[in-house]
Amino acid sequence: MSILVNKDTRVLVQGLTGKTGTFHTEQALAYYGTKMVGGTHPKKGGETWSSGVDGTELPIFASVAEGKEKTNANASVIYVPPAGAADAIIEAIDAEIPLIVAITEGVPVLDMVRVTARLEKSKSRLIGPNCPGVLTPEECKIGIMPGSIFKKGSVGIVSRSGTLTYEAVFQTTNAGLGQTTAVGIGGDPVKGTEFIDVLEMFLADDATKSIIMIGEIGGSAEEEAAQFLVDEARKGRKKPMAGFIAGLTAPKGRTMGHAGAVISGGKGGAEDKIAAMEAAGIKVSRSPARIGVTLAEVLKG
Amino acid sequence: MNIHEHQAKALLKTYGLPVASGVAIFKPEEAEAAARSLPGPLYVVKSQIHAGGRGKGKFKELGPDAKGGVRLAKSPAEVAANAKEMLGNTLVTKQTGAAGKQVNRLYVEDGADIARELYCSLLVNRETGEVAFVVSTEGGMDIETVAHDTPEKIVTVDIDPVAGVTAADVAKISAALKLEGAAAADAKSVFPALYKAFTEKDMSLLEVNPLIVMADGHIRVLDAKVSFDNNAAFRHPELADLRDLSEEDAKEIEASKFDLAYVALDGNIGCMVNGAGLAMATMDIIKLYGEEPANFLDVGGGASKEKVTAAFKIITADPNVKGILVNIFGGIMRCDVIAEGVIAAVKEVGLQVPLVVRLEGTNVKEGKAILSASGLNVIPADDLDDAAQKIVAAIRG
Repeated sequence: MSILVNKDTRVLVQGLTGKTGTFHTEQALAYYGTKMVGGTHPKKGGETWSSGVDGTELPIFASVAEGKEKTNANASVIYVPPAGAADAIIEAIDAEIPLIVAITEGVPVLDMVRVTARLEKSKSRLIGPNCPGVLTPEECKIGIMPGSIFKKGSVGIVSRSGTLTYEAVFQTTNAGLGQTTAVGIGGDPVKGTEFIDVLEMFLADDATKSIIMIGEIGGSAEEEAAQFLVDEARKGRKKPMAGFIAGLTAPKGRTMGHAGAVISGGKGGAEDKIAAMEAAGIKVSRSPARIGVTLAEVLKG
Repeated sequence: MNIHEHQAKALLKTYGLPVASGVAIFKPEEAEAAARSLPGPLYVVKSQIHAGGRGKGKFKELGPDAKGGVRLAKSPAEVAANAKEMLGNTLVTKQTGAAGKQVNRLYVEDGADIARELYCSLLVNRETGEVAFVVSTEGGMDIETVAHDTPEKIVTVDIDPVAGVTAADVAKISAALKLEGAAAADAKSVFPALYKAFTEKDMSLLEVNPLIVMADGHIRVLDAKVSFDNNAAFRHPELADLRDLSEEDAKEIEASKFDLAYVALDGNIGCMVNGAGLAMATMDIIKLYGEEPANFLDVGGGASKEKVTAAFKIITADPNVKGILVNIFGGIMRCDVIAEGVIAAVKEVGLQVPLVVRLEGTNVKEGKAILSASGLNVIPADDLDDAAQKIVAAIRG
């Protein structure tokens, strides 16, 4: 099993015709035949996209609603530039796409406030924006994660950072553990899916035997996730976990690359997050190179 | 992007908010005329720097007994005397760090008769995904201190983005601030106007500290700190002129031209990394092995050879840098492209310090081969632990 995506996930690409959308769609098709079913472009409906790698052709629809109706898509991935990303997400929400993955980096935060209000009463789950996507090894790749470092296995990975997700994937592959699913929730302050949502799914997934959670400075999502884990453990739901928090050396008040990675108003520092995670029973590695090893040690007991 | 107080107030004035009359000056000789253009008889001379704590701040050049960065004056001549003392000198506040900031402009403002000092800010509440007012009766002091000592005195009111600021929201805020009479009447226009300014201009922070109730019972914005969401800059060309480059680090300005996320720090190991989280983690691991990072630098997911070269130049231009650590986990970014960029940069700017390169991911073999064939003195590393240990050992000789 896995969470969010599997071999039956049918993916529509919003922003397929651009350079980024095209490149990553080619990569996804090459990854165990991820079911990419079409793309959307308001002015290119009726045209056909073809892969520069193997000539695979995909239909282009004028709208997400039309694309969903004609392809039975149950997921969409968004490569639309920042200025149009929020509207693209809202279009997918209106079309009742169950899973929307927004890769776009640099979406204005007030646009995400608008999206959040629409998301609340919707039938959709949004992952991102500013995220690397979701990947279930040997089944489905949505987004920009490099497929070559994955291995089918038992670890669920959830992270606010793209490249640190790759570190955790690579290290668990090298440790022989492999992954069920890796979810990059993204580095923005306001986003569709938080740690708690993904942790809940990993706890419920029988194939996921252990979990890695990677956070960073800014906000309090890690602390809330730790509290959630404490509460679930009291109900008897618990899985072995390792973690990492980036930004122990980050100065206060400076935004560290990710829009959400900033210690402000005395809140969001790394030490508080590490303490909360350790109190929830997560073994937090101080070295980003030892996340996989740390989990392997936890599993050995 | 941060702006100065006088710019923030000018902007808020266009939204009908009550701010005092004032004039920004850049030279001491402009001070007296500026003061004469105001009603008087009380004036405030305020240092304009992008840091808080100015009132309690001290000028480095003037000694510990001199007055701070915000001064009261009772005549235009006094304004001029203060301006002469303040302009060009270095103000050290709680937020500037020991180096302080040079005061290149002052804001001469009409004085106010203050009855009460309150706190009001707007920000995006990450937990609710909504814009929120954060208010407190404890104005005029550091809100972090209030949050720490008396958190019950801080009230947060989330605003529904569809409804905007409702009468009920204003009532909640007014009650929290204990506003009565004329102030309560002012509140009905002041808080919706603050929200309008925040949302229309894509601010990430609008802090009014203090928001005052004057002796006549009315509300006034006495100080204003505004930051804008850089991600929304594309739809606000009108704000670009408000940027003050003298407030920014020269290396950070250079990095911003190449769209590189760079933050200057105080250590001596320069870092070039792809991805914000990995870039922070690289800083952390340098510290873990006993040294300090000289910078945060994320070259991004789709960096070109030119971008890598620019990044390398910025790192090597920092005289504090005694060694460089390049850490790339190529997902989308190919390791061979990084290797070529590093070599091009080294050939162009030279290499006076040890360089450790850790490559992993897509085309890693090609990348490593390019580096070892280059004949450059590059120390290869297998993983991030290995890389951090090698660069720390290299700078310690």
